[in-house]
Amino acid sequence: MKKTGRIKTELHKNKYLYLMFLPVFVWYILFAYVPMGGMIIAFQKFDIVKGMMNSKWLGFENFRTLFKDPYFFRLLKNTLSINVFGLIFGFPLPIILAIAFNEIRLKRFKKVTQTISYLPHFISSVVVMSMVIQFLSPDGGLVNGFLNLLGKESIYFLQIPKYFKTIFISTGIWQGTGFSAILYMAALAGIPKEQYEAATVDGAGKFKQMLYITLPNLAPTIVIMLLINLGSILNVGHERIILLYNPAIYETADVFNSYVYREGIMGRRYSYAQAVTLFQNLVGFFLVFSANKVTRKLDGTTLW
Amino acid sequence: MKLKQKSLGEIVFVGVCYLIIIFMCVVTLYPFMYLISASLSSATSVMKNEVFLFPKNFTWRAYQVVFQYKGIWTAYMNTIFYTVFGTILSLTLTILAAYPMSKKRWAWKKTMGLFVTFTMWFGGGMIPFYLTMRNLHLLDTRLGILLYPAISAFYIVIFRTHFESLPEALEESAKIEGANDFQILVRIIIPLSKPIMAAIALYYAIDRWNAYFWEMLLLTDDAKVPVQVLLQRIIINSQLGQDIAKALSPGEATIPNTIKYAAIMITTIPIIMIYPFLQKYFVSGALVGSVKE
Repeated sequence: MKKTGRIKTELHKNKYLYLMFLPVFVWYILFAYVPMGGMIIAFQKFDIVKGMMNSKWLGFENFRTLFKDPYFFRLLKNTLSINVFGLIFGFPLPIILAIAFNEIRLKRFKKVTQTISYLPHFISSVVVMSMVIQFLSPDGGLVNGFLNLLGKESIYFLQIPKYFKTIFISTGIWQGTGFSAILYMAALAGIPKEQYEAATVDGAGKFKQMLYITLPNLAPTIVIMLLINLGSILNVGHERIILLYNPAIYETADVFNSYVYREGIMGRRYSYAQAVTLFQNLVGFFLVFSANKVTRKLDGTTLW
Repeated sequence: MKLKQKSLGEIVFVGVCYLIIIFMCVVTLYPFMYLISASLSSATSVMKNEVFLFPKNFTWRAYQVVFQYKGIWTAYMNTIFYTVFGTILSLTLTILAAYPMSKKRWAWKKTMGLFVTFTMWFGGGMIPFYLTMRNLHLLDTRLGILLYPAISAFYIVIFRTHFESLPEALEESAKIEGANDFQILVRIIIPLSKPIMAAIALYYAIDRWNAYFWEMLLLTDDAKVPVQVLLQRIIINSQLGQDIAKALSPGEATIPNTIKYAAIMITTIPIIMIYPFLQKYFVSGALVGSVKE
């Protein structure tokens, strides 16, 4: 009796808050939580006519099929190597760029160059990938133009498997470095000036200051970014891949996400494709949880 | 003597920093520079690889051809439609979500906070989302395109943090005068939130302008397709765009590169044009985001 009374006053007092939130609630149910429930088709032989309720249950059959899939190893290899090489070459660059920006005292120069550095982040994947395809084209493409100028033959870059990863990773670096540097610049701005002043008094040069002050101060941010990246180690976004690849280079370009799109949406193997997604997510969760445990023990940095 | 050596090291260090930044700027800008020049050069100059930095045999021809093609106007109008109405919808829903979530007196504050942020970390994936859109009869509809990316949990969190930072007293005095939550939000809170609204609206608008994958997947009717999807067809999927090819390259077997470059330019020029002017908001949005992370 008392409880319903309290609920009534709460409803009355905050009725406009409930009204405001209602459309948001409905949207989240429809476009986030219903699809989340749809994950269970990974354990079914989902039939689009029968629907989720009436489709046959398969248990872990789809996962067994995945591990026996002749493409499984290729997908794993491509996904991992794009991410690992992407990290090796791409991860230090925003840090270096942020440190460089931090040394610039000319205000106007700094502002203009920073603005330039963010620009590629706001350009659509279609435009970026279209530019890549055009520049690498064997007929009239810019890169082959330079090669011809040097007296070399044109190369069909996007038809030869061995070039794909380099092209894809470089494109990602070109598009993302400036914007990722923002995070590190925010961290750099938080380092107390006294630390540098004390180091100068002690006779430490700029390089030593970078090694012993700047980098240790950036360490927590770096660890967190690495953890986040680790969680998506089996994820390479499908959009940028499908814009750039073609059947001639599936051997090196096909990743889990593009496979899910091709098999699941184009091939209508909904359940099987969903099993692939679930496998990726589980591995990601497992890695983040265990890595987080390690870093928390080591230096107290944690994601949550 | 020692002091002089140190300052030399310092000069070298700072010099390297300047070099890194100048190099980054050249690498960032050169593709755009080439894109602009190639789109303004004659088709043969580009074909023969004579263009490297500036236009050769300057001509507007490529743009004329692209603009003569009706499909590009339809696609452009579609993109503007999705961007304008999508941004309005997103901004409205985001504010409607963030305001209640910022009120301590709301019994569901914590639960709904979790309800929203959980989706940042966990999602069903591509297949269930596609099947959901299908079940909701949103395939090949403009409504579907407006709705599917309507809310971003990340921007809700940013708005909530901002609302929580506003002083309670503002609301108290309005309450005494008999205003309800809705009136308070519209008359007091929103006027105080203009800069952050501008930044978030800009981010939503850019996401809309650039959106490709789901538009490509959900829309089958050419009349509803946005410009990003059309561009992809012009560049990559030439066999799909027979009619496009015919319109864009009369009398030729393939679409000339200059026309492709002009099409790329047209797709991205609004972003490049507004970028220097709204730069302040681009960066403030990014900073709010990164601090939150």
